[in-house]
Amino acid sequence: MIAAVRARAAAWWRVARLPVLAIVLALVIAAGIIVLSSVYTGLGFFPLLPLYAYGNLAAGAFGSAVAINNTLVAAAPLMLGGLAIGLGFRAGLFNIGVAGQFLAGAFAAAVVGSSLAGAPPLLAVPAALLAGGLAGTVLGFVPGFLKARTGAHEVVTTIMLNNATALLLAWAVSDLVRAPGFTFPRTGDIGSAALPVLLGRNLHLGIPLAFAAVFAIRFLLDRTTLGFEIRTVGANPNAARYAGIPPLVIVPLTMSLSGLLAGLAGSVQMLGVIGFYASGISASVGFDSIAVALLGRSDPIGIMFAAILFGAFRAGAPLMQITTSVPVEIIDIIQALIILFLAADLIVRRVFRVRGPRLEVEGAQTVTRTWGKESVA
Amino acid sequence: MDLLLIPRLILELVLYLATVVPDLLPIIVSLATPLALGALCGVLNERSGVVNIGIEGTMLAAAFTGYLTGFALHANTGPAVAIVAGVAVAIGTGALIGLLHAWLCVTVRADQIIAGTIVNIGALGLTAYFNRLIISPSGLGGAGVIPPILFGLGPIALSMLALVGLLQFLLFRSRWGLRTRAVGEHPKAADTVGIDVFRQRYQNVIAGCALAGLAGAYLTLESTGSFQNGMTNGRGFIALAAMIFGRWTPIGAFGGALLFGAFTALGVIVRVRPAPGELGDLLAAIPSFWYAALPYLVTVVILAGVVGRAIPPAADGIPYEKEARA
Amino acid sequence: MNQEERAAGEAARSSLPVGTAPALEMRGITKRFPGTLANDHIDLEVRPGEIHALLGENGAGKTTLMNILYGLLAPDEGEILVDGERVTIRDPADAIARGIGMVHQHFMLVPVLTVTENVMLGAEVMRGPLLVDAAEAGRRIAALARQLGFDVDPHARVEQLSVGQQQRVEIVKALYRRARILVLDEPTAVLTPQETEEIFGVLRRLRDEGASIVFISHKLDEVLRIADRITVIRRGRVVGERAPSATSEQELADLMVGRAVSLRVDRGPAHPGDVVLAVGALRVLDDRRHETVRGVDLEVRRGEIVGIAGVAGNGQEELVEAIVGLRKPSGGRVTIGAHDVTGASPRAIRARGVGYVPADRQRYGLVLSFPLGDNCVLTDYYRPPYARGAVRDDEAIRSRAASLIEEFDVRTTGPRALASTLSGGNQQKLVVAREFGGDDLLILDQPTRGIDVGSTEFIHRRAIAQRDAGTAVLLISADLDEVLELSDRILVIHRGRIVAEFDAATAERERIGLLMARGEAA
Repeated sequence: MIAAVRARAAAWWRVARLPVLAIVLALVIAAGIIVLSSVYTGLGFFPLLPLYAYGNLAAGAFGSAVAINNTLVAAAPLMLGGLAIGLGFRAGLFNIGVAGQFLAGAFAAAVVGSSLAGAPPLLAVPAALLAGGLAGTVLGFVPGFLKARTGAHEVVTTIMLNNATALLLAWAVSDLVRAPGFTFPRTGDIGSAALPVLLGRNLHLGIPLAFAAVFAIRFLLDRTTLGFEIRTVGANPNAARYAGIPPLVIVPLTMSLSGLLAGLAGSVQMLGVIGFYASGISASVGFDSIAVALLGRSDPIGIMFAAILFGAFRAGAPLMQITTSVPVEIIDIIQALIILFLAADLIVRRVFRVRGPRLEVEGAQTVTRTWGKESVA
Repeated sequence: MDLLLIPRLILELVLYLATVVPDLLPIIVSLATPLALGALCGVLNERSGVVNIGIEGTMLAAAFTGYLTGFALHANTGPAVAIVAGVAVAIGTGALIGLLHAWLCVTVRADQIIAGTIVNIGALGLTAYFNRLIISPSGLGGAGVIPPILFGLGPIALSMLALVGLLQFLLFRSRWGLRTRAVGEHPKAADTVGIDVFRQRYQNVIAGCALAGLAGAYLTLESTGSFQNGMTNGRGFIALAAMIFGRWTPIGAFGGALLFGAFTALGVIVRVRPAPGELGDLLAAIPSFWYAALPYLVTVVILAGVVGRAIPPAADGIPYEKEARA
Repeated sequence: MNQEERAAGEAARSSLPVGTAPALEMRGITKRFPGTLANDHIDLEVRPGEIHALLGENGAGKTTLMNILYGLLAPDEGEILVDGERVTIRDPADAIARGIGMVHQHFMLVPVLTVTENVMLGAEVMRGPLLVDAAEAGRRIAALARQLGFDVDPHARVEQLSVGQQQRVEIVKALYRRARILVLDEPTAVLTPQETEEIFGVLRRLRDEGASIVFISHKLDEVLRIADRITVIRRGRVVGERAPSATSEQELADLMVGRAVSLRVDRGPAHPGDVVLAVGALRVLDDRRHETVRGVDLEVRRGEIVGIAGVAGNGQEELVEAIVGLRKPSGGRVTIGAHDVTGASPRAIRARGVGYVPADRQRYGLVLSFPLGDNCVLTDYYRPPYARGAVRDDEAIRSRAASLIEEFDVRTTGPRALASTLSGGNQQKLVVAREFGGDDLLILDQPTRGIDVGSTEFIHRRAIAQRDAGTAVLLISADLDEVLELSDRILVIHRGRIVAEFDAATAERERIGLLMARGEAA
């Protein structure tokens, strides 16, 4: 019995050790940066600063019931965004457009929500959620279609659409759907479209929704024929065609699904937390999702844990900045370091003396291999 | 409704652009400068077989370090030295990031698009972090920018023009160019005649990223004189589109950069030299957000139309692996 | 080596004049890879002015040995002597400096560069410190080629040249660097019989001028024709050394494989039935929109094997792709049975009872990172019993894989092993296992390229069994011997058209070779 548990734990550690060690190493390097920059925080050179910074970070993330609430609330959109990117990776696609799809989803949810603000919640909530998902789906479909038909690589087209979307939404909020009576351009109150709070102060419906999505995507990828088709296109697009799987269908479909998840992330954040759309809403979910997907190695369960970790980071960072003056952007730096150590895993191996085969990101080889090639088909 | 309205407006638009664009060429070339330098970075990288989508982050990081250097020294050494030092530091920053990218792609053989993403996210985070810590509180102000010196263009913009011509010539007529192209198309063939594939790629990536560093210097020291978080705003990716549009040649990349620069300039042109009559009213009525979004949308359209017919170097994006030696 | 073999070797060596060092000697070369001993204390000795053949089947260790000689690999044990002097070769630059040149099996030419650029790469003719002098280099290269007895346009892009011409460019490349020891790895694999003779002429010329040539091959008849001495390698060891006059194809084959092999598969007569596959006036464009199939008509009947012989690049690939639905034809018709399948999707065509073994198994036939189970149902995954509706049935997949693995003797640990862990021959057997069985039409594209003799024999026998069971079989192969051995009817394709048809009984190798190369037999 004990041996079986030990074997299970050993297998789990073999899968998880590189991501875990990458996180540890990233925190160490970031601590170094904090020490070096402590000169500028007004406290003078302070080698123990990282300890205080990380301490407050942890306190803000897990130190109280409120903190844990905040972590889960922050984790929900990251889980959906991470699934969006992870699903793309499995098909050999890099949907960096999550940022724009997130904003579009938030916007659509805010607009539909505010126009249904007086309606019964049973109608308003699903309608607003779906509106956000739909907006993201459209923004995912376009680059997917272009990639399949013309070969235009989604990395460039999605980033272009991100920028264009941000600009156009800013214009829409100030000129098209601006709610009267406020001092700055914003949409109206979402009223009864707000996600109901299930527990505590702010654990809203979006959280179980995000967890449900994890298991839904896992079922899709591992147990269904569509999931097999998606994975095959990602692993070997030529063999996929040979097998009768049309990349012309799968690529846009996967990008649309990915956009759907990203749009839902936006809906959830809008309807569960923010409540109205205005220019300047943070789209950090966009880049955070990339780290979450890579940390979770494009596997839904891994993404689930990675999203909780990053939710913790984002939830705890403001407290850290207030108490120690270490800027919240350190989280972005930690994120980049984590991805670095995952991509160049030999650093982690060397430092921690880990042996074993190299871990590849599922589908990532296809992401680069289709750069500049004429259509996937 | 006048049936000839649309054709007439189009004709007027073309005539308007034809008259206005030549006068505003310096503005267009200036706007195209970071795009062209970024595209040249892309050409150098990809011609030797390395995909680099981190041009955006490289530009941003170099913009920041160049700015910081220039305005930190400005008070002590006077503007000329400070700015030259700033440009030098920016180029050096680009080269250092190039070293990192080369190491990740050539030695570690990590996925090259993820490597570029690391640069982008890291640059955003680091520049925002240190911006908040150092620049904002200390109120480092703009102290002027490099003035234009010839044809209304500053020295970095002029260097860009020279570099385009130089690299075009060298890529196809020099030994470095021949070896670069061989390594990007068929690295195994180059290896079997004794060429060091790794060294060739390292050289190209570092040199290319140095050019991206120069682009960053342009943004803060020749163009705006200040730094904002994320100020590159997608230029690094537009540069990639220009490179593909130009079929991985320096001259073609420059043409692509001019094209995108022109679209970026359109909003400025319309304001600075308004068109007369109905056309003018129409153009002025379009909200400025649309002009701002135009270059991004145009990029998507051009990529969709062009990519299928443009063929990158055959070994682009494929890490080179020698069979295990003892 | 036993007593007899050693005696035969000594007899071959006895004509060496006393005091002349061999041009090349490799002594005791040993190379280990994880899991295999690729070279096991190999001794090889090549004299000046000699063509020395290195004979062995795919995977025997010949290429490994030559990669060691050329500096692409380092040996674990052993030494190399050039002109009697011990040398260390760390990389290709060292090998080139020692006068060793290599023509690889897969050409090391950059397609988009010119002949001149390719030949001088790494040893460029310079004008000043930076620039290259292409004109001068071109002159030198053209002169060198003329010395060897052929013409070459130094400014043509390599991708515009025929395979035979590219091969000659490779030889010029080696000689441009003053190679005195020339290694050719399977040089005739992609040549027509006429081009083979031309290359042999060049090699004999070089030998007569005193160069030493190592000729790697698995083709018995060619080796007997061209070599002065033959060394046979099997599983990494030298198992025999012979002079051509003192041996035979049968003996060499037995040495190569280690047991008595039948050089001919017993095919038996064919009993063709109704037409299964009919192609009419088919036209197909390639990726660059050039018409590479220019009006092809052909028929394959139940119970016969039709083989298409042709030099690579004459439209065979596009023809097959059009038949199986991977490429839309631009004109003409494809029918299977009574159904018109022109331009239909791969899945729809498969549903008509078509099995297809693709030429590139790693690119098209398998997903290397997936387990064998998934690979075994790669084309059927959506049908019951492997899926019910949208949900897959893992147990059904696993059991199917297990039975295929057993029936086709695929060496592996089980259905959960990844396809990447299989050897080339076993990978091909897996693809064959998946595609054979109960189909109306079977298309085999380069079915035994690069795999060992054992797997080749197995696949050939199964193909004939399929034919006898009533399947119509279409075979495309660049290996003329394979086509001649298996086919009941032979079609020759040249520049996108079928230029001749032969019955197996009346087929003549020479004529077919001419047709493959030139499109006409005159």
